[in-house]
Amino acid sequence: MIHFVVHDEGDSVGVVVVEGVKAGDELTGWIMDQDKEISFKAAGDIPIGHKLAIKPVKAGDTVIKYGVDIGRVVSDIGMGEHAHVHNIKTKRW
Amino acid sequence: MSMDLNTASFRGYRRENGRVGVRNHVIILPVDDLSNAACEAVAANIKGAMAIPHPYGRLQFGADLELHFRTLIGTGANPNVAAVVVIGIEEGWTNKVVEGIAATGKPVTGFGIEMHGDHDTIMRASKVAKEYVQWATELRREDAPLSDLWVSTKCGESDTTSGCGSNPTVGNAFDKLYPHGTTLVFGETSEITGGEHLVAARCRTDQVRERFMFMFNRYQDLIERFKTDDLSDSQPTKGNIAGGLTTIEEKALGNIQKIGRDCMVDGVLDKAEMPTGPGLWFMDSSSAAAEMVTLCAASGFVVHFFPTGQGNIIGNPILPVIKLCANPRTVRTMPEHVDVDVSGLLRREMSPDQAGDALLEMMFRTANGRHTSAEALGHREFVLTRLYESA
Repeated sequence: MIHFVVHDEGDSVGVVVVEGVKAGDELTGWIMDQDKEISFKAAGDIPIGHKLAIKPVKAGDTVIKYGVDIGRVVSDIGMGEHAHVHNIKTKRW
Repeated sequence: MSMDLNTASFRGYRRENGRVGVRNHVIILPVDDLSNAACEAVAANIKGAMAIPHPYGRLQFGADLELHFRTLIGTGANPNVAAVVVIGIEEGWTNKVVEGIAATGKPVTGFGIEMHGDHDTIMRASKVAKEYVQWATELRREDAPLSDLWVSTKCGESDTTSGCGSNPTVGNAFDKLYPHGTTLVFGETSEITGGEHLVAARCRTDQVRERFMFMFNRYQDLIERFKTDDLSDSQPTKGNIAGGLTTIEEKALGNIQKIGRDCMVDGVLDKAEMPTGPGLWFMDSSSAAAEMVTLCAASGFVVHFFPTGQGNIIGNPILPVIKLCANPRTVRTMPEHVDVDVSGLLRREMSPDQAGDALLEMMFRTANGRHTSAEALGHREFVLTRLYESA
């Protein structure tokens, strides 16, 4: 069963595609462009559609999704942690 | 793929100017806010006629006024419309709209309210509307090739499932339609922010690329001029953020999945401007759903692909809006709004090709007459884009 999807293996984040992901759940992710699977534990409760870090990232790092820059990290995000507006901001506007 | 588009055709209404529509509306079109009441009264009198009320049309000027006329004339000229009754407070601007629509060759009559009042105008307009409805209901559909179909797209209440599910499904369908001479359009200028380099790279010529970047930069300048913060309450929207989208860049990259991987951007349109040939067009436009879809209808598009994540429920009076969704929670909680469920994509139960084919199958069914969810539910959002204050 797929719990999250990743567009490209170079991405920093994946998208949870099932409801009810809880901290500690063992998750399986599908990397779509390379058609690969990865697994790790959720480090927090994550709603459907929300992102988790698939690798640790530090404040100031660029977040990559679709293989492209989608913003900057404003506070460190550990692998499997919820990645959203509280720790990522736009570089535009 | 299972569907052979080489021999595919749809059944539509061929209009006087050669364009083919998939609906057969008789519309009662107000030139201005003051004429809404008379238009609605005519539509109430004559079954099968539809009023399209809106709040504008007074004291506009310059480019904003030109856009107002272009949108009204384009709406009346759209091949999904069989005939039009135009009502305005006075005859000058009313006749301008009538003449614009009459250039297509379709039946159109205008009425000015001044010197007559609502009662007399409604009576005379109702008589014409009745003639039009009876004439239009005897028109018959005929076979038409895919090259006669104009398909627009715009997504709404997007979330992250839009970028990995429903938007790539539109992209898959666009890539399949493009070689068949179908006329296609996308837009949402502000929602390209962060992916503009990817769209620029897909432009067919340097000239198209320059015009695209001109439109893109113009919109960025507008936002920079009026913004009071980083737009984190507006772009992405509260709904987008609730759905997991974090930044405008992320939203934009999901958005441009709709133009697929193969088709090229062949031209750039101003708002409500009509394409001059087949291919994929970019239209400079608002990213607000009803504004953008109204502009697509005014540009002559006859079927619309609308991917949603969190569940945007938009429709349009004359343009059938096909909704597709990959978010299983939205499909479960708002099923009456979803025409094509592609949530199987995210469970790996459906391939991108199968999802694209499912959308194309619904496109043909819709073109052949099936009412979309938005049509069945009565969604007729007609929202004119304004550029600035009235004089």
